[in-house]
Amino acid sequence: MLLDIENLTLRLLPSGAAARPLLAEVSLTVGRGEVVGLVGESGSGKSTTARAVLGMLPEGAQASGSVRVDGEDVLAMDPDRLRAHRSRTVSMVFQDPRSAMNPVRRIGDFLTEPLVRVLGLPKRKAAAKAVELLAAVGLPDPERRMRQRPHELSGGMLQRVVIAAALATDPGLLLADEATSALDATTQAEVLALLRGIQEERRQAGSGLGTLFITHDLPLAAAYCDRVYVMYAGRVVEHQPARGLFADPRHPYTRGLLDCSPALGDERELRPIPGRPPSLSDTFTGCPFAPRCPRAEEECESWTPVTIPFGGDSGPADGGSAACRRLELVARSTA
Amino acid sequence: MTKAEPALAVRGLCKSYPLPGGGRTAAVDDVSFSVAAGGSLGVVGESGSGKTTVARMLVGLVRPDAGTIAVNGRERTPGERGGKLPGLRRPGGGRAARLRRAREIQIVFQDPYVSLDPRLTARQCLHGALRLHGRYQGEAAATRVGELLDQVGLGKREADARPRGLSGGQRQRLAIARALAVDPQVLVLDEAVAALDVSIQAQILRLLADIRRGTGVALVFVSHDLAVVRHITDDTLVMRRGRTVETGPTARVLDAPKDPYTRLLLSSVPREGWDPAETVRLRGELAGASRAD
Amino acid sequence: MTTLTAGALLPVKVRARRPVPVMLAGGFLALVVVAAVFAPLLAPYAPDAVDLSASLAGTSPEHLLGTDASGQDLLSRVLYGARSSLLAPLALLALAALLGITMGTVAAWYGGWVDTLLSRVTDVMYAFPGLLFVVLVIAVFGDGLTTSVVAVGLAYAPTIARYTRSLALSERSKPYIDAYRVQGMGGARICVRHLVPNLSGALVGYLVVLFGEGLMSLATLSYLGFGAGSPSIDWGLMVQEGQDAVVQGALLPALVPGTAIAAVVVAFNIVGVWVSDRLGQGR
Repeated sequence: MLLDIENLTLRLLPSGAAARPLLAEVSLTVGRGEVVGLVGESGSGKSTTARAVLGMLPEGAQASGSVRVDGEDVLAMDPDRLRAHRSRTVSMVFQDPRSAMNPVRRIGDFLTEPLVRVLGLPKRKAAAKAVELLAAVGLPDPERRMRQRPHELSGGMLQRVVIAAALATDPGLLLADEATSALDATTQAEVLALLRGIQEERRQAGSGLGTLFITHDLPLAAAYCDRVYVMYAGRVVEHQPARGLFADPRHPYTRGLLDCSPALGDERELRPIPGRPPSLSDTFTGCPFAPRCPRAEEECESWTPVTIPFGGDSGPADGGSAACRRLELVARSTA
Repeated sequence: MTKAEPALAVRGLCKSYPLPGGGRTAAVDDVSFSVAAGGSLGVVGESGSGKTTVARMLVGLVRPDAGTIAVNGRERTPGERGGKLPGLRRPGGGRAARLRRAREIQIVFQDPYVSLDPRLTARQCLHGALRLHGRYQGEAAATRVGELLDQVGLGKREADARPRGLSGGQRQRLAIARALAVDPQVLVLDEAVAALDVSIQAQILRLLADIRRGTGVALVFVSHDLAVVRHITDDTLVMRRGRTVETGPTARVLDAPKDPYTRLLLSSVPREGWDPAETVRLRGELAGASRAD
Repeated sequence: MTTLTAGALLPVKVRARRPVPVMLAGGFLALVVVAAVFAPLLAPYAPDAVDLSASLAGTSPEHLLGTDASGQDLLSRVLYGARSSLLAPLALLALAALLGITMGTVAAWYGGWVDTLLSRVTDVMYAFPGLLFVVLVIAVFGDGLTTSVVAVGLAYAPTIARYTRSLALSERSKPYIDAYRVQGMGGARICVRHLVPNLSGALVGYLVVLFGEGLMSLATLSYLGFGAGSPSIDWGLMVQEGQDAVVQGALLPALVPGTAIAAVVVAFNIVGVWVSDRLGQGR
């Protein structure tokens, strides 16, 4: 498995700093050639999870569990190994491309610098490869782009540059943290089409690229990814193949998110989830979603969430899991 | 369409800005539309389409080069410009005129984190709006503040909290209450739910629908999000590069679009079985078509 | 579409306690204020009590910080001197802040030619050597503490105006200001009620630093003989009066007031920087 997070729990120390763990028993996997969605609202822990893959934990956080990339535990890496890990194995693309780039340096420098530093290419070769990369992410006139500065490019173009830079060192794993959220919907679709194309190319070349696609937009993740994890209050509450999500969400939160996301060609009234996403100062005695859940029962408030697997239409292979007490009851009754 | 005067009638709105290298670029070019009392219009388009400039012209933050904006049949006098000293000739100036304009159209901005004065509590914020318009005094003002807070679903705790102590959704509720405090005929929402969490976004959309039903205020919903517009508006206006490319009842425009640009926008909305490559293909066709022009 | 990421919800790091230098500087300034207010109670002698027999005495139980050439007790004079040395910069700052904040806000709010005009005026005053300007004003209006306070106040106004203008320009572009315009609020009222109060955090820190500088400037003028003159008691003046004694080998008459000036200026600087860091980012 390319990325294998197992039971990752992050607590802020001193223990008074936050009422609950930032992440609680998060487990997720990304295989080579896969696009895996990680969906949640603000404060759900999705970005914290992504940063943990880079070995970047919040200040004062204590971690338990493991984050393995290619079988090696990121949390146990020494600083040198971590640096190599960040510059070669994993790349991250953030929401705002402008803040990821030094405004006074040229696009060319931004691209060639990691090629020279990490791959040890001579300058001339690096420049040639950078032009190639820019062409590969669909920027017209790449030679001219090399000499331009960030402010001369639109947000969509810059995000393509950032993606080109992220792919420059040929990483195995790409972390896209709301990478298309700030773009126009049409530009978002174009960038995603590009990423899908790159993914396909790598698959054929045999060096499968795995992508962890982090977003607040459940319909987008369900439409674009192979599998989707849904997070709430630092926990993974549901995981299943994307195609099952629209039709058969199992966790009431996932269902709630779909019911309150407006969709085209769909006349039903939006049903908002009452209340607000929990902050770090909110504590729970049981299921964190219980206070907002339309189907919660009294027992839910004292039920410690555990992940309960469920099978798919064609056996357990396309099944998933959800952390809902009601699901547990269902599972027991059918067993 | 009824024969009654529309709440908002916009005719031939134009605005251009000078380009750094000389010449001018048209941000908004000959845009016209109307909204019935209690109606709602969606203005959609990509960034740079001019939709936000339209919103800012409606509320008088940007002065149109040409065109008229009328509320209930009464033409709005253009507001004073930022770069003029007061008292130096203000065509639409004067306090009374200013306040009257304010009661015609109000706006709610995108980012609730910067659209409220950080020093004022929710209650003070609403009191300020009422005091400015001088329509409620003393006890009556306090009662009205209570009603407004109630109308947008803010409780006692939130009433005495400053924006820092409120969540994004609560801040946006307060911004809506502040706009409603002056009893406007038209409420402009400039990407007003775009920065909110999905579950909160639905709450605010429902609140806006309730307010529209309850007060008869006309809504102009400026948004890049076609799915949201599909849900909350009666009519839709699609803008591209400052021009109207298509307009009509929302169901017709978004379910059976006539213009290729509307189809392009629709293709980018994620749904079951979505293929983002479709957007790339449509964009290519559109570019081909405009070259052929 | 912008979405708030998890980072926004992370708890603010447990507020760091005030750093030690800030505590020391703040404590020292509090002492200075107490000294100024209660000088008559604290001073062992009248500040102008001449005792020629004790001229230029060193430290002793009778005179803890020694005496000057006239045998006046230096401790008592420094305590009394704190009064005019603190009050004068306060008056200076009030004048400079009133002028500067008004000019800066007006320039930022109205833009256009108003801004150009005000910016040019401040540019000219900014470029003009401050001391020269002050001396010029004093030459025209005569010396004395009031004139120097007004002169230095006028010299500081452009700096404050520039700073205010840059703050106000960025604050003005925030949507909450637009919201008030749409609500029909007039420009002057928006500035006074909403814009300037929201700059106050950054401005107060800046003014605290300027207070130290103002004290220094006034002390310099007194030292040069343009500011406070005899028989008033002022630290700058004390340095000037004490410098002759240096030649006679007595350092204390110049050193004591000089140290007082330096310590107070440094303390204001430390506190001011801390205040602007704290208040400026407060939201």
